[in-house]
Amino acid sequence: MGTVISNERLADNVYHLRVSGDYGGETGQFYMLRAWGAYPVLSRPLSIHQVEDDGIEFLYHVVGEGTELFSQLTPGDSINLEGPFGSGFPAVTGRVALVGGGIGIAPLLYCAREIPGCDVYLGFSREPFRTEEFRPYAAKLTVDVGGLILDNVDFAEYDHIFVCGPHPMLKAAQLKGIAAATSGSPVNVYLSLENRMACGIGACLVCSVSCKDGQRKACADGPVFLAEEVVFHD
Amino acid sequence: MIKIGDSSSKNAELDLSTRIAGVTFKNPIVMASGTFGFGKEYAKYYDVNELGGISGKGLTLQAKAGNQGTRVYETASGMLNSVGLENPGVSAFLEKECAYWETLDTARIVNLGGNTFEDYVTGAELIQKDADARGSKAVDMIELNISCPNVKEGGIAFGIRTCDARELVRAVRRATSLPLSVKLSPNAEDIADMALMCQEEGADAVSLINTISGMKIDVRRRRSVFNNLYAGLSGPAIKPIALRMVHQVAKRVDIPVIGMGGISSATDIVEFIMAGAAVVQVGTYNFMNMRAGQDLLRGLREFMIEENIASLDEIRGIV
Repeated sequence: MGTVISNERLADNVYHLRVSGDYGGETGQFYMLRAWGAYPVLSRPLSIHQVEDDGIEFLYHVVGEGTELFSQLTPGDSINLEGPFGSGFPAVTGRVALVGGGIGIAPLLYCAREIPGCDVYLGFSREPFRTEEFRPYAAKLTVDVGGLILDNVDFAEYDHIFVCGPHPMLKAAQLKGIAAATSGSPVNVYLSLENRMACGIGACLVCSVSCKDGQRKACADGPVFLAEEVVFHD
Repeated sequence: MIKIGDSSSKNAELDLSTRIAGVTFKNPIVMASGTFGFGKEYAKYYDVNELGGISGKGLTLQAKAGNQGTRVYETASGMLNSVGLENPGVSAFLEKECAYWETLDTARIVNLGGNTFEDYVTGAELIQKDADARGSKAVDMIELNISCPNVKEGGIAFGIRTCDARELVRAVRRATSLPLSVKLSPNAEDIADMALMCQEEGADAVSLINTISGMKIDVRRRRSVFNNLYAGLSGPAIKPIALRMVHQVAKRVDIPVIGMGGISSATDIVEFIMAGAAVVQVGTYNFMNMRAGQDLLRGLREFMIEENIASLDEIRGIV
């Protein structure tokens, strides 16, 4: 059980939650959070935004009843955290770009801190948030509002690209990665998937991901997958 | 690793155990199929050997990828799932998972689903053949799933009409000498008739209830959120229905009833036992509390002490 340090509204329906306690985790991993009793039934998976000595931070977008309840938390409130879960971003060297769309920037700040000198691309449909926090770690910071952030990324420039954002953006990143490889610029594109989950630990198969080698679990095998492995059905 | 058991002398006197077809359940808490994997995942968080049993992820003869699209949607005090029996198939389970099950000290139940009549029978034969060949025991019981609402063929198609299910239960009974429980659908025309039929065909127990067929519509997109239109409702929302059905069935049959449906507290377990259940299964609550087994067992022991109940037999079927 953690204690809420702060729960700040950053933009329309976007919040920054800080929880005190001794919580760890690797980049790209997530926690299952719960700030209620029996209902809603399921806990909510949130990726790690930042790990500090005295606590852990999350970014979330209010989209349903669970995140609505998170938004009502105030300092001193209790919140249950289980984790860290999942396989996050790999440890890499070389030329690295981090590309986030909207709330998809959430897991990338921790990555930026762990990969100094990376290029960071952050895209927002309307209101940007938490962009300046990336600046100390980024060799180059590109912020785009209202456009398609991937249009700013030259895939041929990088060895590794980490992408987190809405579904169409992930599919587009996969295609750009394939196109770059086909034209002689091999690049490892990693996608952080956001799937509905129930257990968070690989038991229920609710978050199953179609991959070239069969069904895998977003919670336990992911949420980060090599883009070329993922089969998008829509 | 946190141990569930309490070693105080007072607790040690409690008798939570029961036997079904020669299989010992050290306590009535069994983890329900589809919510507990094959046990490994939760074993990282507490000692699953302290559980009464585990019903593994539903298996079909061939591996299944499950359903596309939305697989879970929350409802008031419950959830709809449309996983669609994603599983590795019977043979892969026997080859890859049974070695782990051999190490477990809890009742191990294979949940067997199917698309066709032949799938069920062949699956049961493979499990029996493996049990015969294996030096040590890995499977204690087969739970025949004729009630999954999330597969288009088979599944619930066998679980609605008693006459359709009879032939299947009879054939599977012939295919295996392992203890057999038949998992029944709340969507059956008459669940007590269905249970009685299972008893007549030689089933050792019945498990009930599976999820209730339900629906959720996305009003902006004007379509069901599920590709299969309907999905299975579980969780606290269905508990009163499940409890009533367990009570009805327990009054009609002589074989043990494995009760389940929305159990999320120790007193929920007591209700099912009082309604006549031999043991219970816990499903959705695993998603609400990943240490569900340990917490429920602790709570059940505390309740028995408070109520001065030395053995669950004192209250089983009391209502």
